[in-house]
Order: sequence, then structure tokens, then C-alpha cells
Amino acid sequence: MDDEQIRTMTLEAFADTIVPGEKRSPDDRAIAGVSHGGGAVEAGAIELLELPATGVAAGLGPMSQMLNLHAQAYAAEHGLTLDDDVPAFVALAYEHRAALIQRLTAPGHPERDGWVLLVLFSNMAFDLAAHLNTAEALAAGHPGLTAMGFAKPEADGLWRFPEFSYGRPLASLHPDTIASGSLG
Amino acid sequence: MNAPTSNTSSNGTGGASNGATERTDVLVVGSGFGGAIAAYHLAAGGANVVVLERGPWLEGKDFDHDYLLGSSYTRVFDFVAGDGMSVLGGNCVGGGSVVYFAALPRAPRFIFERNGSIGRRMWPSGVDRDTLDPWYDRVAEALPARTQGWDDVSYPGGLWAAACHNAGHTANPVPVGIDTAKCTNCNWMMAGCKFDAKRSLLFNYLPAAQAHGAQIRPLHEVQHLTRTSDGGYRVHYNVVDGEDYRVHTGSGTIEAKIVILAAGAGATPVILQRSEPHLGTMPHAVGRYFSGNGERLYTVAMNEDRVRDVLGLSRSDGRAYEAFQIGKGPTVACWDYLDGSRPEYERFSLEQLYFPPGLGTILAQAPGVTSGPTWFGAEKKKFLEKWKSWLIIFQMTEDDNEGVFGPPPPTGNSFRISQQMLGRGALRYDPTPNTLRGWRLADEACKDILERDGLSVGAPWTNDVVGAYTVHPLASCRIGDDPATSALDDRHELRDHPGIFVTDGSAVPCGLTVNPAMTIAALAERSIPGIVHAAQQRGIDVKYGAPAPNGATTGRRGVVKLVPTLVPD
Repeated sequence: MDDEQIRTMTLEAFADTIVPGEKRSPDDRAIAGVSHGGGAVEAGAIELLELPATGVAAGLGPMSQMLNLHAQAYAAEHGLTLDDDVPAFVALAYEHRAALIQRLTAPGHPERDGWVLLVLFSNMAFDLAAHLNTAEALAAGHPGLTAMGFAKPEADGLWRFPEFSYGRPLASLHPDTIASGSLG
Repeated sequence: MNAPTSNTSSNGTGGASNGATERTDVLVVGSGFGGAIAAYHLAAGGANVVVLERGPWLEGKDFDHDYLLGSSYTRVFDFVAGDGMSVLGGNCVGGGSVVYFAALPRAPRFIFERNGSIGRRMWPSGVDRDTLDPWYDRVAEALPARTQGWDDVSYPGGLWAAACHNAGHTANPVPVGIDTAKCTNCNWMMAGCKFDAKRSLLFNYLPAAQAHGAQIRPLHEVQHLTRTSDGGYRVHYNVVDGEDYRVHTGSGTIEAKIVILAAGAGATPVILQRSEPHLGTMPHAVGRYFSGNGERLYTVAMNEDRVRDVLGLSRSDGRAYEAFQIGKGPTVACWDYLDGSRPEYERFSLEQLYFPPGLGTILAQAPGVTSGPTWFGAEKKKFLEKWKSWLIIFQMTEDDNEGVFGPPPPTGNSFRISQQMLGRGALRYDPTPNTLRGWRLADEACKDILERDGLSVGAPWTNDVVGAYTVHPLASCRIGDDPATSALDDRHELRDHPGIFVTDGSAVPCGLTVNPAMTIAALAERSIPGIVHAAQQRGIDVKYGAPAPNGATTGRRGVVKLVPTLVPD
């Protein structure tokens, strides 16, 4: 396994911990397979992280190395034996991956800023598809936007909701309401 | 009409310093409410005005319905993570008015009597709800602000109203700056309104300021101020690349007799901190007493069957709700806890709100999780799959002004990480027991209303990822009567630094328990007579008394009696 493969596999395992998905194949190691449908990896987390616009692309290699060092230390601390066919973080079971990420992103952890950034972009791949045009992502069945039920746009690529209101009074107004609509 | 005098060829777009000096009467930093209102009145009154805005200049045709990095969504606002508090703010011509949700309530009467952390009234003696109301009226006429009827209320707002009613509470459609005839309820307003329905400053104060000769220069980020030999100020700026905000393409200076800082409460104090070595000691309150407006968010997933059975709601297509995405930000608020007889820190509003995915989903916690992560992981994903049935309640509470800015970054107000939007700032915010109590009470109120009768399950957003989170930064350079705890005097002039005024949200003394745009704007309007007087004292030929940007004069008549009280003897 070369450095590039180690890096990608480690980052995939990280992103899959944030928004888990189902394995792409029976021998998929990076994706833990604790959820149905596509997760952050399928949604494009690695593509998003690698965009120069995010500002984290240059740090992905060093961060994946650090994550694996943290995973080794975590495993030693918990008496876990890691399979050395894969990077250390990938060798962790899902609940341990999650526990380690909770530790790394907790208030007070010295590396917290960097790990929070990875979390943010992993999330944004799934629930925002920030690396894709939104309308095109929906048309292509993007797993995150689709799972959330994000509505599709009109033919011109814009969103409009002509039906938007229950259209009737649903509560009494505060008794101190004045003509401007504020409280007096 | 009133073009700034200059002996340079600077056109404000290249910005490279050529060794010559550009001069203007009034230099305004920032083009949100505080900057736009000042620029309009001073230009209309006859002063030469230049506005430097760090963000781009976009308008309706430029606003995208797209979350792709580099679309208007990431170009027009900034997310600055601090220690314990992250701040969302506008980053474009028009500032917060372009990206905000256009909710325009006035601050409740009790707010002006708050003591906060200093044990005595925080506001200047000359400001209370009665004296501010005529200035609110001026703003309402100018934007304009309007009330909403129940026909204007989106499904999520109606749902919130019905849930409040079910729990024995009142609920109000909030006043807004939206032309509802043009609004498509697309909920893309954080990316700028493509349909020109949101009455941002791009439609009133800013074009009126331009019509009177004010120059607005986008992508000019002010870094610091120095003094000139004649008692004025030299404003130092960098020119920011239009796509990659991490890149500066030039720099320059402009000299002005009056400087008005309105860069936002997350940036104005940073400019002053960076200026301190040049200007001398800053008032103690510069970069202190920051308030996040006590903001906190609470997300629930509605039980669609209970919405139908308990609240009796159904849409025309038969669904009970499934409409989180539909609407125009907040449309309905519960103001029952805005009761002046309740103790300070126990008053808050609960406002229905839409936040788009990403910023609006990451911090939400999956409810009912007893072990393992709540804000990421498999349970969170299940919660995300109910997104159509979400309802977000925006809590605006009374915090304790506990935010403090650390040393300024090399440029701007953050170390920029991404090409747009994301940066790391120096704000520290450690919530006090008072603030935490207010959040707890607001959480309990949300839970009581929304979980009653099995309507929903939910949880507040986590503060463990990026700290607390505010879209309404306030008070980092505030007005007051006490020099020890306020950076500005009653007329918004920076103490010990005559000729520098601050008119943005930093001037507001404390959290307001409601959306603050109306109060920021009203205070800016109120500050103008004093600024005009200071300008006259510095030899600028300028008068106070412009009508509303659209020519209306009712608001002006309403403040006539107050103007003499705002000018020094």
C-alpha cells in the first residue's frame, strides 16, 4: 500500500465515521458499513477535501499520518490488536473510530482545530454537496441531498414554492403587540 | 455630485499605492447597516464620502441557488471560528442586510434597562425605548419594514405558531423587510435574494448614497488607522482578490477628516486593536463586552401524524408538514418570555428559523442518544434523514457580554483558511452561569412546547464543536455613559480619539433578545446628527436633515425634536 492509498483510505474511514454509509464491496475496509445507503464517502468527501478552495488539501497527508498515530496509541491504551493490512485508523472498529474522533475534537484538545475542519468538510460533502452544483447533484441522485429529501428545483434551476402557507391564524398575538408588529 | 477630492489616479479598483495621497471628508469602513446609513446621510448632507467594503459587490443577478464552493453562498458571508464562539457575518456590499433573514422587530422595552455584568444600567441615559422609537420609525420608512399576515407565514412558521398555541402561548408573525409579492419562499436568502424580494441596503440607503456622490469600493479591507498631522486619519487598506480572499492584490491609503467604522462587531474592534500602536491607547472596552445576542438553536424532527392529529394541520397536497425547506427564514416568534417582570437573564424569544444544510445541520444533535456521538455518526444520519420534518427554533437570550478579542491576526479579522467564508479568529467566549441559565431555560421552553403531546423529539445544537454560534455579533465596541465599560460615548464617538465613530452592531451595548438589525439601524440613524456636527467642526460643509432614501419625510419629522439633544452644547 503506497502513501497515497494509505492517505485516501484513512481519510475515507474518517469521513465514514462522520456520516457512515454502506460498504462499496464486501472487502471494503475504509467504510465500516454501519449504515444503509451512501455516506460521506459516497457523497464525495475526498473530492471536496482535495479542492484547493477548502484550504485543507495540503494538510491531508500529514493529518492522515497523525490520525493513524493517534489510532495506534488509542489501540494500545485499550488493549486492541490492530490488523496491519490496513492503516491503523481503518483497522479500528466503528465505535472506536467514533470515540477517537470525539476525543480529537473535544474542547481543549491541542489539535482540535484541524480535526474539526475535517469533520466540517466531511459533513458538507453529504448534506451540502459543496463540491458540486446543487441542482446537478440532485439530478444525479447525490446520496446526501437525496436522503435528506432536499427538493428539486424548477426547470430553470431555481427553487420556488408557490404553496408555502397554511394560510390561517394559528395562534393569538401577544397582547402587547403594536402596529409595527413589534412589542410595545 | 460630491466626488472625493484626490490628487491620485486611484479609482478604487486597482488599489495599488502609488505614493500619492487620496483624501476625502468622510471615510466609512463597511457597507452594512451602520455604514450605509452613515454614508447616505453624510453624502446627502454635502460631504465627500468614500465607503470601503472588504467583500464583493453582488446584486440579484449574481445571487446563486447553489451551495457549490465559490457561489454567492460562500462569497457573501464569513464564518469565523473563535474559542467558544463562532460568528457569522456579512461579507459584501450591503453587509448583513444581503445575507440576513430580514426580521425586523424592535427591542423590547426592558432591554434598555439591563444592568448586565456591570451592576448598573448599560445603556446611555439618553437611550430608552421611547427615545429610540422615532429612530426605529425612520428605519422602518426607509427600508421599508412591514408586518406579516398569517397568509405570509410559511409552513414552518405556521407549525411553530400552532405548537405554541397548543402549549398555551401566543405567537407573532415577525415584522420583516421583504416584499412578499416578489418572494418565492425559496429559502435561499442567505446566498442573497435572487428575486429582489428582500429589501436589503442595495435598494435604499446605498443607491441613495451613490446618487449623492458617495463612492463604494468593494474588496477593500481596512487594516488599521494612523493619524495625519492635521488631526485627521489615514486609513490603510488591502485590496482583496475577488475569488480567493486569502490573496491580496494591492494596498493603499486614504486620508479623511472623519472615519466611521462599521465593519461589524467581529471586525471593528480588530481594526482598532491593530491601530493602537499608531493611535495610542484604546478605551478598555474596545474588543471586550462582546455579546453573541445570547443565541442558541434547537432542532426537532416533527412527528407528522401528531402534527395532523394534535395541531390539525395539513397542506393542500394532504401532507401534514414535511416543509422545513419552504419559506423565508423566520416568520413567527413566541415573545411570551419577553416579560420585563422576569429576572434579567431569564427573558428570551423563541423564533422559528430556517438554516440551510451545512451550517444548519452540522451542529444539530440527534435526540435520545444515550451513548456515542450525538452530532455525527449513524444516529445523526438517521436524524438527517428526517430533515424535511425538521423545525429549528432560534433562541435569543440575555448573555453576559463575556466575549473578549485576543491579539489581532496579521490582516482582516481572521486567519483565512478557505478561499472564502471560513476563518479562525481571536474571539474568546466562556459563557457565565447567567448565560448558561438563560440557555437552559430557553431549552426547557422549547422542549415543553415541542415535545408536548408527542409532537416532536429534538435537542439543542452542540457547543462542543465550534463553541456557541451567533449570527448577530454585538457590543464589542459599545456606547455608554461609563468610560470604564464603554468604548464610545453617547454619540458613538470613540473615547479619546475624536473624529472616529462606530455605528455598527459593535455599538449596541448588549444582547437584545430579538433580531438586532432594526436596533443597529436605529442607533446608526440616531448617531448621524452628532457625526454631522463633528464633521462641521472639522470644516466639512455638511448638513443634517436628508429625507428617507426614497424621499419620504414622515420619519424625519418624527426625529426633529430629538436632534438638538444629540449635538454637544
